[in-house]
Amino acid sequence: MDNKILELKNEIETKLADISDLAELDHARVSYLGKKGSITSLLKGMKDLAADQKKAFGADVNKLKAFASELIENKTNELKEKQIELEIKAMPKFDISSPANLKTGSYHPITLVQRQCETVFKSMGFTVEDYAEVVTDYECFEAVNIPKHHPARDMQDTYYLENGQLLKSQTSAAQNAILRKYGPALINDGVPIKAIFPGRCFRNEATDACHENTFFQMEGMMVDKDISISNLIYFMKTMLSEVFRKDIKVRLRPGFFPFVEPGFELDISCLICGGTGCPSCKHSGWLELCPCGMIHPNVLREGGIDPDEYTGFAFGLGLTRLAMMKYEIKDIRDLNGGSLKSLSQFIDDEE
Amino acid sequence: MLLSMNWIRDFVDLDGLDLVELINRFSLSTAEVENEIFFKGKDISGIVAAEIKSVEDHPKSKKLHLLKVDAGEPELIDVVCGAPNVRVGMKTAFAKIGARIGDITIAPRELAGYTSYGMCCGESEIGISDDNSGIMEITDDIPLGTDIKTIYDLDDIIFEVDNKSLTNRPDLWGHYGMAREFSALTGRPLKTPETDDLSVYDNLPKVDLKIEDTLCKRYSSIKVENIKRNISPVNIRIRLFYCGMRAINFLADLTNYIMLEMGQPMHAFDARKVEKIRIKRFDKPFTFKTLDGVERNIDENTLMICDDNTPVAIAGIMGGLDSEIVDDTTTLALESANFDAASIRKSSVRLSHRTDASMRYEKSLDPEMTVPAIGRFLYLLKKYDENITVVSSLTDEYAVKFPPVDLCFDQAFVDRYTGIQIDSDTIVKTLTGLGFTVSFDGSSYAVSVPSWRITKDVTMNADIIEEITRIYGYDNFEVNTARSPLYPVRMSNVKSTEEKIKDLLVKKFSLHELHSYVWAYNDELKALGIPVEKNIRLVGATNPNIETIRQSIIPTQLCQVKSNVSFAPEFGIFEIGRVVNGVDENNLCIENKMLAVTLFSKTKNIKDLYFELRDILAAVTDDIKHCELEFAPCKAEHAYEHPINLNKIILDDKVIGKMGIVHPVVNKKIDKKANIVFAEIDINLFSSAKGNAIIYDEPSKYPSIEYDLSMDIPAEVYFGTLRSCWKNEGGDILRSVSVVDTYDTDTVHRITVRFEFSSNDRTLSSAEVQDIIDKIIANLAEKNVTIKNA
Repeated sequence: MDNKILELKNEIETKLADISDLAELDHARVSYLGKKGSITSLLKGMKDLAADQKKAFGADVNKLKAFASELIENKTNELKEKQIELEIKAMPKFDISSPANLKTGSYHPITLVQRQCETVFKSMGFTVEDYAEVVTDYECFEAVNIPKHHPARDMQDTYYLENGQLLKSQTSAAQNAILRKYGPALINDGVPIKAIFPGRCFRNEATDACHENTFFQMEGMMVDKDISISNLIYFMKTMLSEVFRKDIKVRLRPGFFPFVEPGFELDISCLICGGTGCPSCKHSGWLELCPCGMIHPNVLREGGIDPDEYTGFAFGLGLTRLAMMKYEIKDIRDLNGGSLKSLSQFIDDEE
Repeated sequence: MLLSMNWIRDFVDLDGLDLVELINRFSLSTAEVENEIFFKGKDISGIVAAEIKSVEDHPKSKKLHLLKVDAGEPELIDVVCGAPNVRVGMKTAFAKIGARIGDITIAPRELAGYTSYGMCCGESEIGISDDNSGIMEITDDIPLGTDIKTIYDLDDIIFEVDNKSLTNRPDLWGHYGMAREFSALTGRPLKTPETDDLSVYDNLPKVDLKIEDTLCKRYSSIKVENIKRNISPVNIRIRLFYCGMRAINFLADLTNYIMLEMGQPMHAFDARKVEKIRIKRFDKPFTFKTLDGVERNIDENTLMICDDNTPVAIAGIMGGLDSEIVDDTTTLALESANFDAASIRKSSVRLSHRTDASMRYEKSLDPEMTVPAIGRFLYLLKKYDENITVVSSLTDEYAVKFPPVDLCFDQAFVDRYTGIQIDSDTIVKTLTGLGFTVSFDGSSYAVSVPSWRITKDVTMNADIIEEITRIYGYDNFEVNTARSPLYPVRMSNVKSTEEKIKDLLVKKFSLHELHSYVWAYNDELKALGIPVEKNIRLVGATNPNIETIRQSIIPTQLCQVKSNVSFAPEFGIFEIGRVVNGVDENNLCIENKMLAVTLFSKTKNIKDLYFELRDILAAVTDDIKHCELEFAPCKAEHAYEHPINLNKIILDDKVIGKMGIVHPVVNKKIDKKANIVFAEIDINLFSSAKGNAIIYDEPSKYPSIEYDLSMDIPAEVYFGTLRSCWKNEGGDILRSVSVVDTYDTDTVHRITVRFEFSSNDRTLSSAEVQDIIDKIIANLAEKNVTIKNA
């Protein structure tokens, strides 16, 4: 082999061994294998050689070329690997077990409970109605069979306004409007009235951990030709089981409310102990949840519906109470308190 | 109301039944029973009647005595006793060795050097009264050594019924009415109480009695003389005590006993003080001393019982001090009356004096009860004081009768209402058991409602359903869904808009939903320097801070922000709530449902925060209405509004709300370092705005041409108003308009807008695009907008 070739081979070996940088390596590659590189130059010097030497020289240069190419390629791979290794080492090890940074908003717990109730009733074909907070004495009392001087008006201290209107003390204040809105379709086309109306109610009373002057109820009513007590129990049980996501036992006791006859107090099996008795249910196994009943004939009549032809049930579910039970909120005032510390916890509760 | 099972069992035989289970059924069928049931006398045993044979002073104690007691055994028993009322010959209740009183078992016990082999008991110790002044004195003729439980009804089950659940049941305010319920529940017969035959007094003179006011429906009276007994029999006292009343004297106790038994309040007057009974109201107010010694103000609406013109009792509430039974009373005038329920209720509220009697009268008692109650009273009076003399005939003025109630309905009605099959036998038996008169002809029922149910609660067929079903038991109901036809349900637009807004604000913009009160927060607003603006007010709120209804949620939210400043360096809150904006021409409140949003930030500059709120509103509008909001500057009207940065929010050419920056004065009171912006939108206006439908815009296959215009916009011109400059010029080839850059200095407000043109059926020529651009530039020029790159 020609000395020049050997020298160059040695030089390449030595040089590449020292290189630790990809850019430098590329530079070396160009200096050996490039168009003006040393190996290429060797080939160019071949024209001065004798013909018999040319062949062997050419073969040797090509061998050197192959050798250098391989060496450079290996070196490139080696350096790339090293570089990745360095890159890996350079990155710190992140501890993702630290608290997550959740930039989440929140719903008011009443919204969550209200939506769960609405979802169940919507799935059963009930419309969701909206109603005013300021109503007339007629809507709140007269229309739902609570005439003037009726003792039931004492039972609830009402917020009256200067103009004689009042802040509705119960969602039943919407019953008459609902009956009048959907009554014609019932009478003319046989479309049953199925409506719920969640809303805020107001009672003129002092507040404490268990009492609020502003709270939510959800009224529900269904009117058709043959609506029965049996239906009422079914709808209440179904709705409550869906809301609490477990099989809820319900029981009815007679209860007196002027807008229903018969009227009931509805109890549900205790959510904490399931009915075996615990401090939450005062060891009775039951929790009193909501008044309900068959709509009083006078209420139907006042709403333009003939009670001899149609029957219906109605209930008044305490949404505030339901939310408190569901989320174990001890102080009712937290709900209207406006504290983000309390209320930002209610992210979402849909299934 | 406390109820004695023994008392109920006087009228219905409940032998062999599980009484606790029965009380539970009663709770499910009649009225709510409180959880705790009391088993009286359960922890008392081994107490016998014994006589004190000798009493010696204890040598070492001033209080203690050394007794020898005869408990009916061969030997006298040595007892050390501390009661002050011990005396030789006294009969008392004696707890023998081994007797149990509560947790204590009596054993020999040393007291100051002497051993006591048993204990003489006071009434409070054995739980039959609250008298703890000494040991019990037994006056009844009982053989010594007799277990007192065999003579006295110490054993009883007492349960409490929630009075509220009896509001509509005037018939259940006494044990007899309750017994009727138990009779119906068990199917066992109801016994008639034993009464005195009042007809034997018919020849005696009448009581001078006149109803002068129809607020008195009925007044029955009789006079009795020669009453010797002073203290009630022990068993009567036990019942009264178990049912929560204290024994007073025999006559007073007996009136209370009748009230607790029959539900009929009674009053015993000293007959010397009431010769001419007159029931009336007075024209002028006056004061009157009731038998509890309290001077009360009587007004012209209060019905009074009078001796001619001298008031002697407040009708249905309480008797007077001057006519009450006293020690030397020998003649009694008995009142058994019925008054207008509403009148008694109002008087009792006015006097703030609610008594056991008024509580009953205000429920509309059955006037038919007055005479049987007198019969029962005399029966018991004679039983316990044999030598009394009735000195008048029964005198009964019956001014107002309730009309009878007869109802008629068929089996189908019951089936339809209940949704289950209850057979006619059950129906007839149930109603009969409750005292209704029923006839059934195979399809229809004719029902007469008993007098004790017509005063209030049973007046129509639906009421009968309740009677049938509650006794049938709601637990026994087969539960079925309704068979109503199905129709599509349309949700109200507002409701679904509301829910979408909530979702967007919470999920997309991380805002927090809060609730607040509908009235102005007086104190908190004062602290922020925001005056409570004049609006409709509440009257008679218990809390003086609750007065004016709010016109906007924003002031409330600023109060909420203030109380949450330390929650996080940055947060946003929202509420969908009501406000009232004055009254309309009919004097009815104009109520509006508003969405209010307030953002608070210590980290963002005010411009970024303001634009963030703008973007939130725009995104909500885009998501729900698929269109853009417009804004126009407006004048600040409220203390919290920034004088310059305040905008009307316009949708569909209607003003639907307002957004702005909080006035610096208020802002600083909330937090000196934070920025606060707010917006309020009328939800109904937002919801009813038309918006745009989504129409598919097919992407063009041909190249599009983009054209940027850098516009220098004068300070007084709102970018939003420039839209009209290109809206009508672009035809169907102007596909989109977007802002690519803004450049602001003190003097220049430059916005670079990119117009994108393309056609679905051809490649556009630059000439036609230039043509449109020229028109746009000309339009802009009219608004004093100059183009920098033209």
